[in-house]
Amino acid sequence: MLSLTSPVQTPWHRLPAGGKLLALLGFSLFLFQIDAIWAMGLALIATSALYLAGGWPFIKSGLRMLRPLAPFIVIVLAWHFWIEEPAKGGLIALRLLTAVAAANLVTMTTRLSDIIAAIEAVLRPFKRFGLNPKIIALAVALVIRFIPVMGERIGQLRESWRARSAKRINHQLILPATLAALDDAEQVAEALRARGGAA
Amino acid sequence: MERNLAFVAVFTALIAVLTLMPAVAMPFGVPITLQTFGIMLAGVVLGPWLGALSALLYVALGLIGLPIFSGGNGGLGALMGPTAGFLLSYPLAALVTGAIMQNLKGAVGLSAFVSSVLGGILVVYAIGVPGLSLNTGMAFDKALVAMAVFIPGDLLKAALAAFVAQGLAKARPTALLSRQ
Repeated sequence: MLSLTSPVQTPWHRLPAGGKLLALLGFSLFLFQIDAIWAMGLALIATSALYLAGGWPFIKSGLRMLRPLAPFIVIVLAWHFWIEEPAKGGLIALRLLTAVAAANLVTMTTRLSDIIAAIEAVLRPFKRFGLNPKIIALAVALVIRFIPVMGERIGQLRESWRARSAKRINHQLILPATLAALDDAEQVAEALRARGGAA
Repeated sequence: MERNLAFVAVFTALIAVLTLMPAVAMPFGVPITLQTFGIMLAGVVLGPWLGALSALLYVALGLIGLPIFSGGNGGLGALMGPTAGFLLSYPLAALVTGAIMQNLKGAVGLSAFVSSVLGGILVVYAIGVPGLSLNTGMAFDKALVAMAVFIPGDLLKAALAAFVAQGLAKARPTALLSRQ
């Protein structure tokens, strides 16, 4: 399973995860206070400048992560142009870009395990309400392992469909895929129990 | 305990895989994925609490940076993006779907369809559309109209959830935790 953490090392990789998450929270709240378009432009320029530390490949993957925003930016601009408030549209589009780019920067420069550790630290006080951080960590590990397994299983089902039928693959593939997933879950539960349980 | 844990994890992974599977692309480049179908199915099969946990785990893992949101995206950026409200609605959507499924005593297929429509469509839009309006500055009613194009697809997904639930009830009756 790939993660979105960038293999290109930047100085931001070395900052503690908790600090980056807090800074991001503060920055996002701050963006919603700005209502001058030039100030929002400055915020976007400042955020983009942080990407420069990683060089061209890093910037390129940062841009790739922003691509899903494109249709929404177009809609926002068109909509505000149509209601004759283009300046407001520009402000919102810039804010969208800046906020998402800043959040992506944290995602790209922080290892998954560090973020999980930060979350565990936040959740620790809830232990007395019966929340077990170890169970959560196990669930996360299981999900990360299950995703490629299930992708493969669906691939096999597609292949056997094609081998048996000339018809195009349709929704009927979902039922056997779900059955296979549930059977996997039963087996994993068995295995966990055999190893002395999850808790 | 172990069984609940494994079921929650497997459904979280299933939602992720369904979201990543190639799906129909819509005009404007907004893709239709089976993401909400996964949410519906989690509620219908696991019942309210485990279903909600599974959806919560999916959203949380995506937000902390696993590339499991539509189009292989992930990370905290999604929280500031246009679809933030939809993502955040999923745990509650699964909870409502599961709660209705558990309390309807009728045929599995029909109950699954009704609970998927109420939990997986109504709840999702009730939270998602205000979120879209908030993050893009689009007026609420206009945002609702823009999202209405997705409703026929969502109804199909509810029907698919009903079809799968009915099949599961026959093939693996003990796995339908919402009806135990």
